[in-house]
Amino acid sequence: MKNFRLNHLRELEAESIYVIREVAAQFERPVMLFSGGKDSIVMFHLAIKAFYPARLPFPLLHIDTGHNFRETLEFRDALMERTGTRLEVRYVEDSIKAGKVAEETGPNASRNRAQTVTLLDALEELKVDAAMGGGRRDEEKARAKERFFSHRDEFGQWDPKNQRPELWNLFNGRKNMGEHFRVFPISNWTELDVWQYIALENIDIPSLYYTHEREVVERDGVLLAKSPYIQLREGESWEKRIIRFRTIGDMTCTGAVESRADSLTDIINEVASSRITERGARADDKRSEAAMEDRKKEGYF
Amino acid sequence: MDAQTLLQNYHTSELLRFTTAGSVDDGKSTLIGRLLYDSKAIFEDQMEAIEQASMRTGAEDVNLALLTDGLRAEREQGITIDVAYRYFATPKRKFIIADTPGHVQYTRNMVTGASTANAALILVDARHGVIEQTLRHAFIASLLQIPHVIICINKMDLVDYKEDVFEEIRTTFMGFAAKLAIKDIHFIPISALKGDNVVRRSTKMDWYQGPTLMYLLENVYIGSDNNHIDARFPVQFVIRPQSAEFPDYRGYAGRLASGTLRVGDEVVVLPSGFSSRIKSIDFYKEHQDMAFAPQSVTLTLKDDIDISRGDMIVRANNRPQVSQDIDLMICWLNEKAMTPGGKYALMHTTNAVRCMIKEVTYKIDINTLDRNTEDKHIGMNDIGRIKIRTTKPLFFDSYRKNRVTGSLILIDEATNVTVGAGMIV
Repeated sequence: MKNFRLNHLRELEAESIYVIREVAAQFERPVMLFSGGKDSIVMFHLAIKAFYPARLPFPLLHIDTGHNFRETLEFRDALMERTGTRLEVRYVEDSIKAGKVAEETGPNASRNRAQTVTLLDALEELKVDAAMGGGRRDEEKARAKERFFSHRDEFGQWDPKNQRPELWNLFNGRKNMGEHFRVFPISNWTELDVWQYIALENIDIPSLYYTHEREVVERDGVLLAKSPYIQLREGESWEKRIIRFRTIGDMTCTGAVESRADSLTDIINEVASSRITERGARADDKRSEAAMEDRKKEGYF
Repeated sequence: MDAQTLLQNYHTSELLRFTTAGSVDDGKSTLIGRLLYDSKAIFEDQMEAIEQASMRTGAEDVNLALLTDGLRAEREQGITIDVAYRYFATPKRKFIIADTPGHVQYTRNMVTGASTANAALILVDARHGVIEQTLRHAFIASLLQIPHVIICINKMDLVDYKEDVFEEIRTTFMGFAAKLAIKDIHFIPISALKGDNVVRRSTKMDWYQGPTLMYLLENVYIGSDNNHIDARFPVQFVIRPQSAEFPDYRGYAGRLASGTLRVGDEVVVLPSGFSSRIKSIDFYKEHQDMAFAPQSVTLTLKDDIDISRGDMIVRANNRPQVSQDIDLMICWLNEKAMTPGGKYALMHTTNAVRCMIKEVTYKIDINTLDRNTEDKHIGMNDIGRIKIRTTKPLFFDSYRKNRVTGSLILIDEATNVTVGAGMIV
């Protein structure tokens, strides 16, 4: 705090809190998307700080693919109870049963894409006008051009060529009926910032992020955890490895990395010296070079 | 990067935001690629992806520029169509690059990238020297009051690393810059392609004694980039828990736009003009003695006053201007030209009002800086001086004094799109 300067984590924190408060002030029915991953945990922590001593003026929304890690759901429920936060859960399973989206089949089947349908339905059902997400611009090329306040048309779609200019800290949340916004309060954070902040603030995270032994299968260079949702192909077999997860998503597409990091210091060291991006371990982004861009246009997170 | 150093330094590391400007061929993407590559911010899988992409287009070398060309539409057309944000860190600082393209929509994009920047990097091709576009970029940097401007004279390898080429460009540029309001300006001879003076000191230019680009980015003094004098606290959100534990808590949440506030300070609330003292400055469970820009905090006051979003808390003896008639420089961002006499929605700090365009004073010829009082048509990418009248008074400072309370945006009420960026004179 010398010479009235904030360190970079405190400056990012101040910016994110400002954005979250803007959402609460400008919109009538905002929600904060929560997946149980580290980015949404940090975003939630920032929201708590933004409104303390009051409770959050909006609920959290979790789109449950039905393919979550057990540890993630347990962590989520404990966190909601401890903080007295309102949580809405909507299930991809329900969208599939209602015939709104077909289940993918085959050895690489995933509900990653299907969850967009459930998400858009949930936003409509809850009449949400702004959904905050934990997306970061450093994650992926298509995210690098995302605004803090990202406008979506009445079909929930993103038009990357026609984004609103975003200047200074003036966030334009005006919209027509039926349209909504996606807001990304931690846009300017990198993976390393998130980990450093978790250490700085001593934030609790799911055990999946720390080293543990688990049965996995190596497929196309990605280590996938054993689960009922993954069928082995010919020549593949489960094997025990010492791993941890750098990101947490669906069990069908979240890749593990071999690691013995059992503390935040170890994790930060590992991230700082890592030579592969965290999304590099996700099978959903490997599908094509423009995979994320395509999913985002459809209304993905 | 040494992980241990990085780990130890995160308590002191600062954030520097910079924007890059240059035309299509002067090597801007290569320079950014070089900064990312030499600071080890490029990962193996990203490198793998651009190697494959380079091969597909039939390029001979790995094209570092592909790292910064984000969207598929752009990759196909080979141009960058929007502002893209890039990140890298050294043990001293974390950097956010707002990478803006140099083609047709340059003004709109550069203004966007420049609005939050501490520094601007302007690239000049050593073979071509100062061209019209260089001057436009310098003008925008000056208009947006970017505190530090760094002129990178690139492709020095193609002019045999000659000192006189560098000196001539510097002299020409300084002649032009005399007409501008740039506070801090630096010149560096570099070769982004070969890496001279970007991260590593060049061995080919002994005549240059100044810092490398990376050294400058790590060390340029940004401590006075924020206004630390005029305390301005736009109220963003009122926090009223009404809970058993905090039955009477009434906090005013916001981010200090500038200056400092301390517990016990005598303050005035605008527009009501009521005065009170600061009872506490809260940040989560901590009670701070003081707050400074750009901290996000929550203030409580000694007296019960009706305060809502859009109000501004300031010191009794240092007040902003309060007026409905405002004189500003406008940069137009939309294909649909500004309508004289037209009405627009306006956002300024946490205030949302409506306004009418009363008069176009002049339009600036961005190439000559001449003021045109004949042609007052303000279209896409045009910059002009205008007068507006707002439906309610705004509390503001001149943009030159305060980049937060001096800036505003205009919004088309029919489409809700942001169409103008205003800097109050």
